[in-house]
Amino acid sequence: MLRQRLKTSLKKTVRTLVHLLPVIVGMLLLTSLAITAFPEQISAGLFGANDLLDALIGASVGSIAAGHPLASYLLGGELLKNGVSLVAVTALIVSWGTVGIVQLPAEALLLGARFAVYRNLICFFSAIAVAFLCVYTLRLVGQ
Amino acid sequence: MTRIDATRRNLRPGNWLFLLTVLAAYGVTGLVHAELATRALELFGDVMRKVIPALGLVFVLLVIADLLLQPQWIRRNLGRDAGVRAWLIAMFAGILATGPVYAWQALLRELRDKGVRASLLAVFLYSRAVKLPLLPLMIHYFGTAYTLVLCLYLLGFSILSGALIARLEDQQHL
Repeated sequence: MLRQRLKTSLKKTVRTLVHLLPVIVGMLLLTSLAITAFPEQISAGLFGANDLLDALIGASVGSIAAGHPLASYLLGGELLKNGVSLVAVTALIVSWGTVGIVQLPAEALLLGARFAVYRNLICFFSAIAVAFLCVYTLRLVGQ
Repeated sequence: MTRIDATRRNLRPGNWLFLLTVLAAYGVTGLVHAELATRALELFGDVMRKVIPALGLVFVLLVIADLLLQPQWIRRNLGRDAGVRAWLIAMFAGILATGPVYAWQALLRELRDKGVRASLLAVFLYSRAVKLPLLPLMIHYFGTAYTLVLCLYLLGFSILSGALIARLEDQQHL
């Protein structure tokens, strides 16, 4: 009984992964192209006008940039060292982890277009909100 | 033909079209800026090597999910009538989830087909922003207070995003 269920599950999962293969490979190709085409040096020159604009830019950069979250910490850390505001860096880190413009086509295919668009929009605006709340909370507690 | 089978069948052309579109983008990039396309392909090779083990883990989890997550359990714990516990399960699963998001999307698709609410998927995807293994690095760069405050806000907003998705998306399927 269990053996039969395991066999069925294995077959079903292999079929699922085979169907998903073009999405995964396509996603990785697209992410690689986006990361390569987006040089870090440009980002440092984008910030500095005011907190709101910085947060918007930070969230936009984080939304477009795909890749391991580790990269967002490194980039955020470097930007902070170069004088970019903590609000902008936080918006970048949060949107990097939650928004995925590059992954949007894949997310829409797998989880539905409405869900993907709504979720990414909510995450984009919440990245800006989290950035301000986080920085103001830290100021409030004297950090 | 079941709903899942139908969905899978309908998914195929879109998937291949997506890959073809990306390959076309590479073709255009290669014509305009050959070096950029080459560097992107090299990066793709590196990333692919790192992703393959994660996909292996996803395969195992998909099999386990298919074996263990029976429709009755899902309806009871993560379905439309499930309460606060479902939100907490989704949040902690997101915190513990590692690997690239697109690998998890396959599992989320399977769960959604089995009746898991969209709002819970949103909570899961949002709380993935809290990366337990990377917390020491975040503390190193930004300090303990910042890391703690940010993580608490991320968890709070994961619930908020789920609540918003519940209003926008779940109601469409009632």
